[in-house]
Amino acid sequence: MAINKFLVEASHIMMFARSVGDANPIYHDEDYAKETDLGGIIAPPTFAQSSAQFDPDYFLRPKIGGEGWFGSGKEASGAKPSKDSGGSGGGAAMGLHAEQHFEYHIPVKAGDVLTATTKPGNSWEKESKRAGKLKFSESVTEYRNQDGELVITATGVGVQTERAVDS
Amino acid sequence: MLKENEIKVGDTHTAVLVEDLKRTQIVQYAGASGDYNPLHTDEIFTTQVAGYPSVFAHGMLSMGLTGTMLTDYVGDGALKKYGVRFTNQVWPGDTLTGKATIIEIREEDGSKVIDLMIETTNQNDISVITGNATATIEA
Repeated sequence: MAINKFLVEASHIMMFARSVGDANPIYHDEDYAKETDLGGIIAPPTFAQSSAQFDPDYFLRPKIGGEGWFGSGKEASGAKPSKDSGGSGGGAAMGLHAEQHFEYHIPVKAGDVLTATTKPGNSWEKESKRAGKLKFSESVTEYRNQDGELVITATGVGVQTERAVDS
Repeated sequence: MLKENEIKVGDTHTAVLVEDLKRTQIVQYAGASGDYNPLHTDEIFTTQVAGYPSVFAHGMLSMGLTGTMLTDYVGDGALKKYGVRFTNQVWPGDTLTGKATIIEIREEDGSKVIDLMIETTNQNDISVITGNATATIEA
């Protein structure tokens, strides 16, 4: 995955901060933010995740033009269950998020234009009582700003479960 | 930003992150983050096709809510590292409490930092997130 232009915009930061219950004015009040050491609106710590908005191929967003979408419409799923998903249906074998790690090098500010490149990391398997065989895979994303500086390194670990996780 | 002479190893900060989590907040996070996985927003798909009892929160929503607690404690722009494991799913109706504990005060690259252990639990005291963070402090 590569994202060529991740526009960090103040209104997007405001919406993101609201969604994670964060009323801190550093995320929405330019007048307040200007008077701080940071000098302007910054992005909350997990904001880099919303780079998905700028990935043209991101698979968890319905695409314009009717490529089909696996969520419910007239039927419970807009997609047929995949063959390798076992007996529990189409969705159970989808990936879940197991771990996420961020390293912050330079604060991300409203107005930044970031690029992101992702490389695969390690992968491993584990048996679990709650969800059968688990297949873990790691990916490492480097975010750089308009000056080419590394601002965030993000490491995600995804897991494919054999069946829906027992709670 | 925290000041070195005002903190010690073992200090904790806790905050209620969300009470009675609403499906609408999960939808709000889907819209802001761009992750529209129906497992989080589409009850019909999630129960009838995926086999879960209901939609559930994005792991990243739990991490984001926990991050709010964390930056409220360490200050803006102070985080150097923040990492979590998603240990249990978060469901609509859950009430989450986040806790950060200072486990070390040390120097890194010529500045003072603290290492924090993080845990977020639900109303049944079951851990939904465990993790670590490192933040810059004022010497």
